[in-house]
Amino acid sequence: MSRYILQRILYAIPIAFGVSVVCFSLVYLAPGDPLQTVLPPDATAETIEIVKKAYGFDKPLPIQFLIWLGKVVTGDFGMSIATRRPVLDEIIMALSNTGMLAMFAIPTAFTIGFLMGLLAGCFPGKWIDRGVTGTAVFGVSLPNYWLAIVMVIIFAVELSWLPATGMGPKGSAEFSIWRWSDTQFLVLPVITLSMIPIGIISRTTRAAIAEMRNQDFVQTLRAKGLSELAVIRHVIKNALPGVLAVMGLQFGYLLGGSILVETVFTWPGSGFLLSKAIINRDVPVLQGTILTLAIAFVMTNLIIDLLQSMIDPRIRRG
Amino acid sequence: MLDSQMEALTDMATASATVELDPRDRGGAQQPLLIVRDLLKHFPVKGTGGKSVQAVDGVSFEVQKGETLGIVGESGCGKSTLARLLLHLIRPDSGELVFDGDPVDAPRGITVSALRRQVQMVFQDSYSSLNPRMPVRDSVAFGPFVQDTPKLQAREIARDMLAKVGLNPDQFGPRYPHELSGGQKQRVNIARALATNPRMVILDEPVSALDKSVEAQVLNLLRALKRQFNLTYVFISHDLMVVRYISDRVLVMYLGRVVELGPSEKIFSAPQHPYTRALLASQPSMDPARRMEEPPITGDPPNPIDPPSGCRFRTRCSFAEAVCEASSPGLASIGGDTAHVAACHMLDRASGHSLATAGSA
Amino acid sequence: MSQTATLPASPDTFEDQAAPETKIRSYWQSVGYRLRHDKMTIFFGSIVILIVLAAIFAPLLAPFDPYKESIIGRLKPMGWRNHTLGTDELGRDMLTRLLYGGRVSLLMGIVPVIFATCVGGMLGVIAGFMGGRVNTGIMRTMDVFYAFPSVLLAVAISGAMGGGMLNGMLALTLVFIPPMCRVAETATTQVRSLDFIEAARATGAGTFIIVRHHVLGNVLGPVFIYASSLVSVSILLASGLSFLGLGVRPPTADWGLMLSTLRQSIYVVPVVCALPGLAIFVTSICFNLVSDGLRAAMDVRM
Repeated sequence: MSRYILQRILYAIPIAFGVSVVCFSLVYLAPGDPLQTVLPPDATAETIEIVKKAYGFDKPLPIQFLIWLGKVVTGDFGMSIATRRPVLDEIIMALSNTGMLAMFAIPTAFTIGFLMGLLAGCFPGKWIDRGVTGTAVFGVSLPNYWLAIVMVIIFAVELSWLPATGMGPKGSAEFSIWRWSDTQFLVLPVITLSMIPIGIISRTTRAAIAEMRNQDFVQTLRAKGLSELAVIRHVIKNALPGVLAVMGLQFGYLLGGSILVETVFTWPGSGFLLSKAIINRDVPVLQGTILTLAIAFVMTNLIIDLLQSMIDPRIRRG
Repeated sequence: MLDSQMEALTDMATASATVELDPRDRGGAQQPLLIVRDLLKHFPVKGTGGKSVQAVDGVSFEVQKGETLGIVGESGCGKSTLARLLLHLIRPDSGELVFDGDPVDAPRGITVSALRRQVQMVFQDSYSSLNPRMPVRDSVAFGPFVQDTPKLQAREIARDMLAKVGLNPDQFGPRYPHELSGGQKQRVNIARALATNPRMVILDEPVSALDKSVEAQVLNLLRALKRQFNLTYVFISHDLMVVRYISDRVLVMYLGRVVELGPSEKIFSAPQHPYTRALLASQPSMDPARRMEEPPITGDPPNPIDPPSGCRFRTRCSFAEAVCEASSPGLASIGGDTAHVAACHMLDRASGHSLATAGSA
Repeated sequence: MSQTATLPASPDTFEDQAAPETKIRSYWQSVGYRLRHDKMTIFFGSIVILIVLAAIFAPLLAPFDPYKESIIGRLKPMGWRNHTLGTDELGRDMLTRLLYGGRVSLLMGIVPVIFATCVGGMLGVIAGFMGGRVNTGIMRTMDVFYAFPSVLLAVAISGAMGGGMLNGMLALTLVFIPPMCRVAETATTQVRSLDFIEAARATGAGTFIIVRHHVLGNVLGPVFIYASSLVSVSILLASGLSFLGLGVRPPTADWGLMLSTLRQSIYVVPVVCALPGLAIFVTSICFNLVSDGLRAAMDVRM
């Protein structure tokens, strides 16, 4: 068992390495010279050389990569071209804001999604199953940025119940969850973000539960006289690993998909930071944010895999 | 029972007397169609530091032209691996195959593809033995098609073969495997093997997955086809009665090695190796008066990764002694009859086993 | 008892010749049969066809010029002066823009899936059939790309390349290749270990012939089903990219881009501004349901 854990962790390392290679190379996908973003267009040849040396662009690519990697590992992501502040600071602040959203969106999505799927799976073919499946299809095909806009239209424009954009009247620096005047800004983004995960999780849960209930061992449990509730507990235990895996993926989706939603609500999270960096062609921020988000995703998947192996003994090998 | 015994004897007699030589014959009537020498295949096991599953560990035998050699043994004895080694579907680690006098996959011999034009295999009827997306007639035609027969002709051959195995080609040809019963699918498997006009057919548990009544039909079909096409069979099964019904000679395998080999009647009436005896004794009798009080053989078959040293059967043999652990017995002939051999120290005077007499009944 | 020894005189001796006269259907015929009777899939499939046709024939169907602006006619509600669906922030007719926008959105949605299926599918079959090091090499590379959430990867690649329709499509193709490769590889690996492949090898068939005749037929099914489910995701992602400004550039009509530019105006004509998003949603959901129907028809346990 611990062998599997070790294997799995070791396996994550080359993946993380590959991810960093991809992030690094993103810069070179860009049309034109990376230098262009840093230099004024009329710089002299001399200036260009000096800046090149300063940024290390004169060295061969693999060396540049290693230098960059070394810096990154120690937390030095460079300076933001737009704001001249250390990238790491920006990322941390942005991530904490996204984290705020995730903190509410994840439990919401998982609980609602799981419950819906559970209900649908336990009563297949009935009303509630159709309803849940329909909602699930709905949720999965929904462009979340559109949902965000629609939500804003309904709740902010027409009804004026909730604010449309931003993170509190005093901005993100003084946001506090204990004040409704701030928290109300959370409501719409959280709902929007939860929609697609609810759809996917409920669909997966429903499938897993429905399949489990058909298995022979469930009939055996019933024949032994177990109450329906106890049977459900067993079913849930068996269906859990598969559902966990999907939840892990959805967490990753939240990390990446927050871009669109945050843009609509002007929520100063990592997604918003990313889209600003794209517009400004702020390369260090771009690299840093993508790297951070991707690594976080790798870690999440690792944790989910390990959790899964603990719950489902079939997955453990060796 | 009497009928089939008569049958078997007649078959045997006719087999050796009038071996009609195939036009592709190269070695003559006396040349065994297949000689297997010291065939060995070990599968390395990951993560145990170099240990391996000794699936086939030095197997040697011969197959005469026109006979049916039955290979019998428990699960895990290596018979399926052996079957695949004979066609080089798995490459042997060492050992050699000689087909009609020509060594296979050796400098002066025939290639594996040439071997596959003369030897074919009938697989066990699992749900995956036929391509689920192909109509049955295409599966049968595939063999000839691969062996350079033009498509139309291959289709004709397929129709012909389906009819020969008792399936109306117009009715069954376009069907898909899931639309056939177990027996019908197995007949298709047989048709597929025979479509390329082989001289020898290896049958790996061909009736194990079938109901008893269907099993009988398929076995009779196999016998009939053998006569009709002048085939040689290597018939692998775990079912003793089936092997007895169809084989001229029988080879008993245990944990990757040959433990006994001889004419079918001798093996079944006077088995020499303790394992063969135990196998036969474990068949329940139809006579209620002859009840078994104790199982003739106990324990699970040992792990093929870590077989016992010396004679592999010694851990379950009631006659095991020190010499059995020390050295592994070779195939000794029984009572001077070289046609019937068994690998047991008790049959070899020189072995030092306390019960050793050469050729006791 | 003695019948055991006789060769059957003719095929009629075997009882199973009395098999019922069921109509034998080939696999594809049975798929067609199931689809024909699946009302939901037919319904949504027709909507998909309508949408595609509307996009193709946009120039013929559109009442106005998609690029003609009008200063006084800006942000007008539905039904104003022949503008069935209102006008956008530059006075252009919404219906026209939606029709033309469909072309871009559909293109950006479907083309990447097609390319990803070809490339990813091929890689997956190679990896699955070859096994060993080739398999490890290909699949581990795919794993690295799998380590990114798809939206993030799409945004990262197209963002790094500077946006634009072609870059967006390229980015999406790259995003879809790993999952498609994985689906193909799984299917191929499963097929590879089946007995009939061994039987084919026993007749002396070479790798290429086996793949062509035996493997592909069994792999194409799962691959096609997966590809069809990818289309709806692709449309969402493509519009998302355009929404962020990484797709086509103005003044080209594209649903995602339209949604973005209209965002500021939701206080004026909320319904009109939501229309492009509705188009995306409807298209995506229809593709989704059609692909579900296809899966139900094709994925029968044989």
